[in-house]
Amino acid sequence: MISRFSLLAAALGAALLAASARADDNTVTIGMILPMTGPQASTGKQERAGAELYIQQHGDTVAGKKIALVVKDDASAADVTKRLAEELIGNDHAAVLMGFGLTPLALAAAPVATEAKVPEIVTAAATAMITEKSPYIVRTSFTLPQASAPMAEWALKNGIKKVVTIVADYGPGVDAEKWFSDTFEKGGGTVAEKIRVPLKNPDFAPFLQRVKDDAPDAVFVFVPSGQGAVFMKEFVERGLDKAGIKLIGTGDVTDDDLLADIGDSALGAVTAHHYSADHDSPENKAFVAAFEKANNGMRPNFMAVGGYDGMALVYQALEKTKGDASGDALLAAMKGMSWMSPRGPVSIDPETREIVQNIYVRKVEKKDGALYNVEFATIPDVKDPYKAAKH
Amino acid sequence: MLTILLDGVAYGMLLFVLASGLSVTLGLMNFINLAHGAFAMVGGYVTALLMNRAGAPFLLTLPAAFLIPAILGVALERTLYRRLYGASPLDQVLFTIGLVLMAMPIAAYLIGDEPQQVHLPAWLSGRIEVHGVGIGVYRLFIILVCGIIAAALQTFLVKTRFGAQLRAAVDDARVAQGLGINVDRIFAVAFAVGSGLAGLGGALAADVVGGIDPSFPVKFLVTFLIVVTVGGSNGIMGALFGSLLLGVLDVAGKYYVPSIGAFIIYAVMVVTLIVRPQGLFARGDGR
Repeated sequence: MISRFSLLAAALGAALLAASARADDNTVTIGMILPMTGPQASTGKQERAGAELYIQQHGDTVAGKKIALVVKDDASAADVTKRLAEELIGNDHAAVLMGFGLTPLALAAAPVATEAKVPEIVTAAATAMITEKSPYIVRTSFTLPQASAPMAEWALKNGIKKVVTIVADYGPGVDAEKWFSDTFEKGGGTVAEKIRVPLKNPDFAPFLQRVKDDAPDAVFVFVPSGQGAVFMKEFVERGLDKAGIKLIGTGDVTDDDLLADIGDSALGAVTAHHYSADHDSPENKAFVAAFEKANNGMRPNFMAVGGYDGMALVYQALEKTKGDASGDALLAAMKGMSWMSPRGPVSIDPETREIVQNIYVRKVEKKDGALYNVEFATIPDVKDPYKAAKH
Repeated sequence: MLTILLDGVAYGMLLFVLASGLSVTLGLMNFINLAHGAFAMVGGYVTALLMNRAGAPFLLTLPAAFLIPAILGVALERTLYRRLYGASPLDQVLFTIGLVLMAMPIAAYLIGDEPQQVHLPAWLSGRIEVHGVGIGVYRLFIILVCGIIAAALQTFLVKTRFGAQLRAAVDDARVAQGLGINVDRIFAVAFAVGSGLAGLGGALAADVVGGIDPSFPVKFLVTFLIVVTVGGSNGIMGALFGSLLLGVLDVAGKYYVPSIGAFIIYAVMVVTLIVRPQGLFARGDGR
């Protein structure tokens, strides 16, 4: 019995070894963990489409290696994210982990990435401190301070003196509130009130009534992109626009993917963000056209471009290492990498592994019958102010 | 000030329609139907899909949002629910939670995870202002519709023969049966009404809560249960007053003390459970 069992085990071990050796030889597996189901499913859909488009455009071979993209659904549950990260590294021999729809999900995978020395490219989640949680985390999305601080500067320069902030009460919301109000107050503005609304409370009516009675020049808002529609609707229905209160915020509230659904109540909202499908550059025009063609006319949003650039980063890093897919080599190649993205010029800050990019101030306008975030001012090469303040 | 009160009443009325079906099944039929929110979700989807995909006008979708969940309710009542009428509360809870857990992925599979928005017609959006008191037209509409439903339901249950038969059937099914009341049929109709009301509530709530998505049944489950707890589960009027009280307190709390506003309804529930476990508006003995 014993000998038969050990024989079996040995055979199994040999088979596994052979399998792993085969996988390691010429294929570089990229494990993408995204919420493909549940309330964040639109994030997953956009991210995946962005990453796949990059492979489709640039071929699935780079520096002699075949790229295999494996997408796993964590349905926004952090424990699942962690398990999937372990499986992707252990079973699929993933050389890179990518995706992460929400901050807690990115954090759940951080210890796994550190232990396995595998780069974790965050292409969606946006709380500033994420990249500090593992030396292997690199980000291609954005950070909320990166978008919120420029919004405050724009407001100061444009006659807005008194602001009320409304943010969803969780990591990114707190980030947005802190960086907007700190910058705004430092510049001489007044933040009359800081309102935090529960993340799972979609009824903004009483909060907006309070804002209306405060009568500020503008209300600064951050809500996760899915809640933009209900917020905007209530903003207009309650007559805040007619009371002369401007709506400003980070681009999450006027997400390209949802803008059509929000409808005309979004008109006139001014937001600061790193990407708009309307961005005027040949790279973006080509990107939007190819993306819409590959996805039944779905308009790319900032999530799609995060996934697209995540893949761009891996391709360029592999070229630089001449196909060496070991974690430390890839990470070293990614640091300081700069390229032209559909959103404009971007680079990876070698010290913080954080993306450096232009932040655009945009206004929702109607173009050819469809709503777009039309960019009208650019703040070039914005580093994440949270980490800049520390260094 | 009055604006806040009216907003609160509108929110309370909405809670009432969402939860009133539950007080029919839970309060009158003594059945713990945690899948109530699933019927509300179906109603919301009926309205959203009829409007978005078939271009039906909002008002015309509302009867459908009542009927389809009602029919679905009868079908499930005849095949599944009736087996558990005499079962222990734990069995009922497990069974109905199971239904919820099945309903959510089915909705996600058939319709998708993205919230389906209900786009109100122009005459229902906007706002009217009288002597400095503003209220959204749609909120006014909700107050009216829900007020009518509350009155109709109360009359139906208290004044009609059917209402009397239902109460008799719940109190003692065997004696009622012996007196010639068709208990089976009564229960089926009551369950249909409860499910239909849930559906209508879902349809009316869709705009206010930012669209219907597959997580709807669990998102509002706790709120339904709080309404029934606070209002007392035996009777429509208890649910109505409970909903209004919670609606007004919730909106006022969020307006005056935004930092803790969201927790007020839970505090009300805890206090109610300590002071009057049978519910604030229940008849003294709590049955």
